[in-house]
Amino acid sequence: MSNMQLKNPILRWIEYRLPIFSFLDDSLGSNYPAPKNLNYWWNFGSLAGIALVLQIVTGIVLAMHYVPHVDYAFDSVERIMREVNYGWFLRYLHANGAALFFLVVYVHVFRGLYYGSYKYPREILWWLGIVIMVLMMATAFMGYVLPWGQMSYWAATVITNLFTALPWVGVNITEWLWGGFTVGNPTLNRFFSLHYVLPFAIVGVVFLHLWALHQHKSNNPLGIDIKGPQDTIPFHPYYTYKDLAGLGVFLLVLAAFVFYSPNYMGHPDNYIPANPLQTPAHIVPEWYFLPFYAILRAIPSKLGGVIAMAASIFVLFLLPWIDTSRVRSTKFRPVYRYFFWFLVIDVIVLGIVGAKPPEGIWILVGRLATLYYFVHFIIIMPFVGWFERPLPVPDSIHKPVLVSAGAAAVEAQR
Amino acid sequence: MKRFIRAAAIAALVVTTNAAAFAAGDDVKNPTAQGWSWDGIFGKFDRAQLQRGFQVYKEVCAACHELRYVSFRNLTEVGFSEAQSKAIAASYEVIDGPNDEGEMFKRPGRLADRIPAPFANEKAARAANNGAAPPNLSLITKARHDGSNYVFSLVSGYEKPPASMKVAEGMNYNPYFPGHQIAMAPPLEDGKVQFADSTAATVKQMASDVTAFLTWAAEPGLEARKRLGFKVMIFLLVLTALFIAAKQKVWRDLH
Ligand code: HEC
Ligand code: HEM
Repeated sequence: MSNMQLKNPILRWIEYRLPIFSFLDDSLGSNYPAPKNLNYWWNFGSLAGIALVLQIVTGIVLAMHYVPHVDYAFDSVERIMREVNYGWFLRYLHANGAALFFLVVYVHVFRGLYYGSYKYPREILWWLGIVIMVLMMATAFMGYVLPWGQMSYWAATVITNLFTALPWVGVNITEWLWGGFTVGNPTLNRFFSLHYVLPFAIVGVVFLHLWALHQHKSNNPLGIDIKGPQDTIPFHPYYTYKDLAGLGVFLLVLAAFVFYSPNYMGHPDNYIPANPLQTPAHIVPEWYFLPFYAILRAIPSKLGGVIAMAASIFVLFLLPWIDTSRVRSTKFRPVYRYFFWFLVIDVIVLGIVGAKPPEGIWILVGRLATLYYFVHFIIIMPFVGWFERPLPVPDSIHKPVLVSAGAAAVEAQR
Repeated sequence: MKRFIRAAAIAALVVTTNAAAFAAGDDVKNPTAQGWSWDGIFGKFDRAQLQRGFQVYKEVCAACHELRYVSFRNLTEVGFSEAQSKAIAASYEVIDGPNDEGEMFKRPGRLADRIPAPFANEKAARAANNGAAPPNLSLITKARHDGSNYVFSLVSGYEKPPASMKVAEGMNYNPYFPGHQIAMAPPLEDGKVQFADSTAATVKQMASDVTAFLTWAAEPGLEARKRLGFKVMIFLLVLTALFIAAKQKVWRDLH
């Protein structure tokens, strides 16, 4: 608890009854200590939070004009684009904002992978992050269905049909999800309802995520613990200003898409109204789902594909045990360093495969890339961790004196 | 840090080139890039071209294609005066009602009306067109990859089929159309319309004019978007520069 010296008497009056100012100051103000050596990869957490708020604000206004009915949804979105004042701006912000939200979160996750942020004592923090990512995926999938274009309809059909692969109860579950015997109006209605509410569930999990973060503070590029006040600087003003600088760049990228290439990341077929009688030539999800889509299609059986896709995310929950390395940061891992970048390339390859029709060479590439994804986590990570000799790790953030890997090992394994 | 950036840049390049290559499709001829007045950061529509394009739509395409999301009042945005738009609206008959007797009735169009569709419903459109319904054109340039170039190439790019290919009864050979056989007969021929501004009505001219009009119809806010975009980008550039400067200043004090 900070002993805040508020000058303004009104604020002081409030603070005495509801200590909200000291709460803020303790949470992301001058009384919250952060490692002094965070680099720009640490910007992506706050960016994700801002992107979430942006989605909620634009989404609430869109929902004031949107009509969740199969006969009117497409027209209502066109009405937003043409008749509602700055409706096109809202919709393009929401659609491109969702894509950049994923980009930011994916960078955030790979940051965590590189610097070992999932290791002791941040396991729950990491799990909550994965939960957020999964909730985002569900939210974005259902949001994409709302404009009720061709891709909306067929994405909904393909994805909900995956549940029919479950043994015995598959069809029942799928029909329960649809609210009927095909994707139809009840499906659209419930997707709208859930698309509205899930982001608020995400906000809740974000709070838990931050709570866990504040318990042991941020990890840092060296992956070593904070030893004392000499290792930290106050979050405000140092990281507030650094985050603002990153925010400016993020907004520039977002604005460049919204104003100059608003449909670049979208699919033209979604400007064709949904037509259950006509299947599009290629059904492709939004780019941020492509790697998972590739894994889904890499397995020749439907149930197998679903299991592999689920496992590709579930395996991330196990990282705290899968990673046997004695040090957190990949910076000090001369062997794993290469495998990290192989994984990044592998996921990009999966993304490319996901965009291709499953024919010819792409089937093979997709299977190999899927195999490598799991080999990375199940084999490479534990074995490299055992056999690799980490580079000497500095003693403290403040005094980067190098010590033997042994001392660092004690720290990481505690 | 440099290595990260280089890797990220390469990744982005791979993804984008691949996305473009994929979207181009299998054996379909790529649309020819035209260089449109609305391209680029400061892109604008040419009002005279939009009006010619509307004329082509009205006199040729409207026989088969509806323009679902466009109302007569929107025509003021392509440069017609309100009086002209009213006159255009009045030249159409629209169905209204029911009146007090419960009957539907016909009346001249008004500004608030949508441009009427040529067919009562999709079945009728299909029946009149050899089984293929002509799509609504008001979103067509957004509903096809590289839409503006595609529409231009499609309507001006009919060819004789290669000797090896047998075109089905009632179909037409078009190298830009997926599958190369399209139910739409070549809609344009030289001199099909008489432009009021005495522009020569060649097929290419009419095709690019109607493409301009359809691009506007698909996104009437395009100009406003680019205009606002420029201001916002300038604002954000300044703001970001200030944020970065402030960050530098704050961090300078740190040892
Ligand atoms: C005689 C009726 C007729 C006229 C006139 C006509 N079209 Fe079509 N158009 C069709 C039909 C029928 C189709 C559907 C073709 C198919 O699916 O095979 C079509 C399809 C199209 C398509 C969509 C092709 C695709 O990718 O699916 C475009 C674009 C198009 N027409 C543009 C025009 C333009 C521009 C004009 C005016 C210059 C025009 N049409 C005039 C009948 C017509
Ligand atoms: C996690 C946050 C969110 C994500 C990732 C997200 C994602 C999306 C996506 C991908 C679309 C489809 C956009 C398109 O192609 O047109 C969409 C549409 C929509 N969303 Fe969201 N959304 C979020 C939050 C919200 C919230 C909180 C609301 C309402 C309160 C909302 C309301 C809508 C509406 C009404 C649409 C349909 C209109 C349209 O398609 O543009 N969204 N959303």
